[in-house]
Amino acid sequence: MGTQKITLFIQCLVDTVWPHVAEAMVRVLEDLGLTLDCPTDQTCCGQPAFNSGFQREARVAARRFIEIFENAGTIVSPSGSCVHMVRHHYAELFKDEPQWRERAERIAARTYELTEFLVDVLKVEEVGASYPGRVTYHDSCHLLRGIRVKEQPRRLLRRVKGLDLVEMKNSDYCCGFGGAFAVKYPDISAAMVNDKVDHIVNSGADTVVGCDTGCLLNIAGAVSRRGLSIKTMHIAEVLAQRL
Amino acid sequence: MSDISTEKYVEEAKRGIANTVLQKALVGLQDRFGRGTAEAYRRLPEGPDLRLKAHEIREKAIAHLDVLLEILAAKIRASGGYVYFAETAQAAVDYCLAVARRNNVRLVVKGKSMVSEEIGLNPALEAAGIEVVETDLGEYIIQLAGETPSHIIAPAIHKNRQDIADLFVQKLGIRRTTDPPALTQAARKALREKFLAADMGTSGVNMACAETGHITTVSNEGNIRMATTMPRVHVALMGMERIVARLDEYEIILRLLCRGAAAQTMGTYASYIGGPRRPGESDGPDEFHLVVIDNGRRRILADPQFREMLCCIRCAACLNVCPVYGKIGGHSYGFAYSGPVGAVVTPLLTGINRAKDLCCGETLCGACKDACSMNIDLPRMLLALREKLAYGDADWQVEPASRAEGLAYRGWSWLIRNRRIYELGLKLAAAGQQLLPQKKGMLRRLPPPVQGWTQSRDLHPLAEETFMERWRRTRKG
Repeated sequence: MGTQKITLFIQCLVDTVWPHVAEAMVRVLEDLGLTLDCPTDQTCCGQPAFNSGFQREARVAARRFIEIFENAGTIVSPSGSCVHMVRHHYAELFKDEPQWRERAERIAARTYELTEFLVDVLKVEEVGASYPGRVTYHDSCHLLRGIRVKEQPRRLLRRVKGLDLVEMKNSDYCCGFGGAFAVKYPDISAAMVNDKVDHIVNSGADTVVGCDTGCLLNIAGAVSRRGLSIKTMHIAEVLAQRL
Repeated sequence: MSDISTEKYVEEAKRGIANTVLQKALVGLQDRFGRGTAEAYRRLPEGPDLRLKAHEIREKAIAHLDVLLEILAAKIRASGGYVYFAETAQAAVDYCLAVARRNNVRLVVKGKSMVSEEIGLNPALEAAGIEVVETDLGEYIIQLAGETPSHIIAPAIHKNRQDIADLFVQKLGIRRTTDPPALTQAARKALREKFLAADMGTSGVNMACAETGHITTVSNEGNIRMATTMPRVHVALMGMERIVARLDEYEIILRLLCRGAAAQTMGTYASYIGGPRRPGESDGPDEFHLVVIDNGRRRILADPQFREMLCCIRCAACLNVCPVYGKIGGHSYGFAYSGPVGAVVTPLLTGINRAKDLCCGETLCGACKDACSMNIDLPRMLLALREKLAYGDADWQVEPASRAEGLAYRGWSWLIRNRRIYELGLKLAAAGQQLLPQKKGMLRRLPPPVQGWTQSRDLHPLAEETFMERWRRTRKG
C-alpha cells in the first residue's frame, strides 16, 4: 500500500471555499504512506447543473472530468455527493452515448469517498488522530443514501483519541442545503437547517462533523448567524489532528 | 378536477413553517410513522427487499395495464357490477352524478379516497343538491372545517385536539371536551345516523386484482366497510393504474401498503369487493359501480421516464420521511397529493410549468426512495422534471422556466472548461466579496440573485488561494 498512488478529486467547494479540508485530507493520506497526485486543472464534476436539470451543461463538466481522471489509478474525494455523481449519475447522463458511458463506468469503479476508502479499501480505522471534544456526526444525504456510507465515518471517529461521539436526533435528515435549493427556497431551507442546528445543540456536542462540505457550509452558516459556538468540521480535519 | 394552487408553493410553505400547531404535529408524525415504517419493513419475513419484488410486480402490471383492466372489468360485469372507464375528471364526476340521479340519491357517505379529491367529486355532488358526508374521522374533521386533506393517509394531521374540540362544539353541538375517545364517540354517533340514512356510498380502491376480479379497500375505522355495504348503491373510484395481475402478487402489495401507510402489519379492515350483493346474501349494495379513471395517467404511461410513477399505491410513506414535507405540510403542494409523491405526480397531472416549484422545491435527499413501499425512484423523476423545466419540452408542453438560469448555467459550463479562466473568475468574485458586509470572517449579506442564502444564515467567504493553486505552488517544480 506504501507505493499505491492516489489521485485527489477535490470538490469545488473544498477547492474554493474550504481548502483546509483538502490539506487535512492530504495529511491523513500521506501519514498512511500513500503517494498523492492532484490534477490541478480539475474544476467541477457537474453536479450543480445536473441537480438543477441542466443536463447538457452537466455533460460538459462530466466529459471534462473523465478526460482529466481517465489515466488516474485510485481516485479519492472528500465529498460523498461528488462520488455519488460520478458513480451513479454519470452513467445516466451518458445513457445515449455508450462510449462515454463506458469510460465513465471505468472511472466510477475506482472512485471513492475518503472514509469508505480508508475503512473499506485500506481497512484502516485508527489513523493516529487526537481530538478532545464531544462530537456529533451529520449523515449527508448523498453519502448515506447515494453511496450507502454510514458506519465508516463513525468507526473512524470512535478511534480518535479523546473524542466522545454522541448521536443527535435525526442525524440522517437532510440539513436543507440541496445546492441551488438553499438559494431558491430560503424559507424552507432555513427551517430545515435550523432544525438540524437544534438537534446538534440538543445532543450536547461542541463539534459537528460531516463528510460533505456543502452540508457543512450550510450548517456553519446557520450556526454563525445564530451566534452559537458549535464548531463545524469536515471529518478530514478531525482525522488530521495530532497531539 | 379539484382546485389547483401549485403556484402558491412558496407562499403556503412559509405559512406552514409559521404554523406552530402544524410543526408539532409533523414532528410527531415523522417520529412515529417515518421510523415505524422503516422498522416494519425490517420485520418483514422477506426483509425490506420485498419492496424490490413489489416494484417488479407493479412494473409488470403497468406494462400490461390494458389487458388487466379488461379482465377486471369482464369479471366485475359478470358478477353484476358496472364498470366505467373515465378519460377525464369531468367524465368520472358526470358518471357519478348520473348514477346518483338515476337512484334518487339525496345523501352520500364517503370512504376516504384521494382520487375523489383529485377529480373534485364532493363539490360536484353538492352542487347537484346532494349531501356528501366524509366518514373517515380525519376526513370528517376537515370536511366540517371546510378544508382539504394535508396528508394522504392522515388528512387532518394539521389539527390538534383543541382545534377539533372547538370544531365539534360549533358543528355538532357537543359539550366541549379534548378527550380523543370522547371526540371520536361524538363523530361516531353523528356518522352512524348518516350511514343508516345514506342512499349511496363512494370509496376509493387501494388495489384491484385481475385474476379474482375484485377490488380492495383498507381502513382502520371500519367506516369504508359501512359506506360500501349499507347504502343501496356503491360507487368505487380507482386510478387506472391500481391493479395487479395475480392474487399472490396482490397479497405482497397489500402487506407493503399497510406497512408503508401506518407501520402496521395489516389494516384493521380489508374488504374484498367484486360486485353487488348476490341473491341470498345479507350484506352489500343493490348496485355496484367501478369507475376507472385516466385523467392524465395514460400520458404518464406513454412516457418511459415517468411510467414508474404509476407503480405508486399512495401509501404516503414518503411523506412521513420527507424533510421538506416535514416542515411545510401538505397544503403547500396545492393539490390532492402532497409530499414527494405530490411533487412528481401533481406536475404530471396538472401541468409542469404551473407546478415548477413542486419540481424544484426539494433537496433530492433520497429519503423518499428508501421509504417507498414500492421502491420508486422519486428523486430520478424530480430530476427529469427539472430537465424539462430547464430546456422546455414539446411533448409535455413545457416552456423553459427561467431564461436567466439557463444563461447562468451556460456561463458556468464555459467557465469550468478552462481552469485559468475559472481561477480568474474566482479572483474577481473574491475581490467582489470584500465589498459585502462581513462579521467574524463570515459574509452577512449576498447580492441578488443569491441573496436567499444569507436570508437566515451566513456564508463562509471564498478562500484567498484555492487548493489547486496551493498544490501547484508547493508541490510542483
